[in-house]
Amino acid sequence: MKRMVNRKQKTEPGGCALKMGNFFHRLGSPRPFYELSGVVLPVAGVLTLISLVVGSIWALGFAPPDYQQGESVRIMYIHVPSAIVAQSSYMMMGIAGVIFLIWRIKIADIALQCAAPIGASLTFLALVTGAIWGKPTWGAWWVWDARLTSTLVLFFLFIGVIVLRSAKDGSEAVGRATAMLAVVGLVNLPIIKFSVDWWFTLHQPSSFSLTESPSMPAEMWLPLLVMVIGFYLFFFFTWMYRVRTEILKREHRSQWVRSIDDV
Amino acid sequence: MKPHRRRKLYFLLFLLLSSGGAIALTLMALTENINLFYSPAEIVSGVAPVNKRIRAGGMVLEDSIFRSESDLEVRFIVTDLQGSEFTIFYTGILPDLFREGQGVVARGALNEDGDFLAEEVLAKHDENYMPPEVMDVIDQAHGDLQK
Repeated sequence: MKRMVNRKQKTEPGGCALKMGNFFHRLGSPRPFYELSGVVLPVAGVLTLISLVVGSIWALGFAPPDYQQGESVRIMYIHVPSAIVAQSSYMMMGIAGVIFLIWRIKIADIALQCAAPIGASLTFLALVTGAIWGKPTWGAWWVWDARLTSTLVLFFLFIGVIVLRSAKDGSEAVGRATAMLAVVGLVNLPIIKFSVDWWFTLHQPSSFSLTESPSMPAEMWLPLLVMVIGFYLFFFFTWMYRVRTEILKREHRSQWVRSIDDV
Repeated sequence: MKPHRRRKLYFLLFLLLSSGGAIALTLMALTENINLFYSPAEIVSGVAPVNKRIRAGGMVLEDSIFRSESDLEVRFIVTDLQGSEFTIFYTGILPDLFREGQGVVARGALNEDGDFLAEEVLAKHDENYMPPEVMDVIDQAHGDLQK
């Protein structure tokens, strides 16, 4: 059935705009995605490695200490990128959920499923590094303030998505239920973002905003920026790797996957 | 967009809006509990309950820290820099970041005299990051101005 649909798309006539739409449409089906991502993956991997190595050495070895926190400020270079990318990956999961529920595009279901474990790990990393930083700085490993609690909720949402999607009967109904959970969980993202502004929290407000200059000198935010880019690339790389594996798993009966095995 | 897809889109929007609304109402009802601490103004005006375990926060007033000679007892005044202030009594080790002009959050109870007896003092960090050398330069500039 899937192969028939593919063939129909290929013969569709149309102008440039239609072809562009066609390109995205084709990307939504497993095989073209697999082929294109095979080209993108090594590039992403190399870029990830470069930015994480450069960022880590810069941040841990050369960035200055803070006048109050001293050397423990370096935890920020792991904590902030992991928290940012964790939230972005949830955002991506939610959007994938919307696309899957409305258009039933298979790859959106796969994208959602593959992002969840990475997002959960990053959230966990943000929580752990935050606790390690909090002990010397605040005097407590954990406080039930709005920012910390909503981030913990984010972690549980990721876990919920992972558990639900791995339900024994991995049918499309399970995929829809998971997508629904991912979409509803989007509500948590603005709560995390604005928690430090809406309520009195122990967690400090963001040092960065779109409208004002950062409350941190360039020799600190530049390595931080490199680390953030590195974490985004890392997410992209691992996510794409997982998506490719999942595609092979789901399509293992189809002709084109078998022909890969032959090679 | 095809009608049945449009219907699904509306359904998802409805789902998001209604769950968002429900959570917003819950959070508004819980506001008292979500705020991690009472501000100095709330302590002074009597909004904060007496003899109940609460958290109170504010800035440590300059030159208000008195340490005991013999043990770890410490007393300091916390202010919101807008006229409301109260005294915190604490016995124990203070976090590294605790100092005058620093934001703190203390857990403990308010007594009838309006003094706060803390069991735990947490230092609140702000969003400003600076290398120590820069801070020295700023301090120096301040000193020069005062001369």
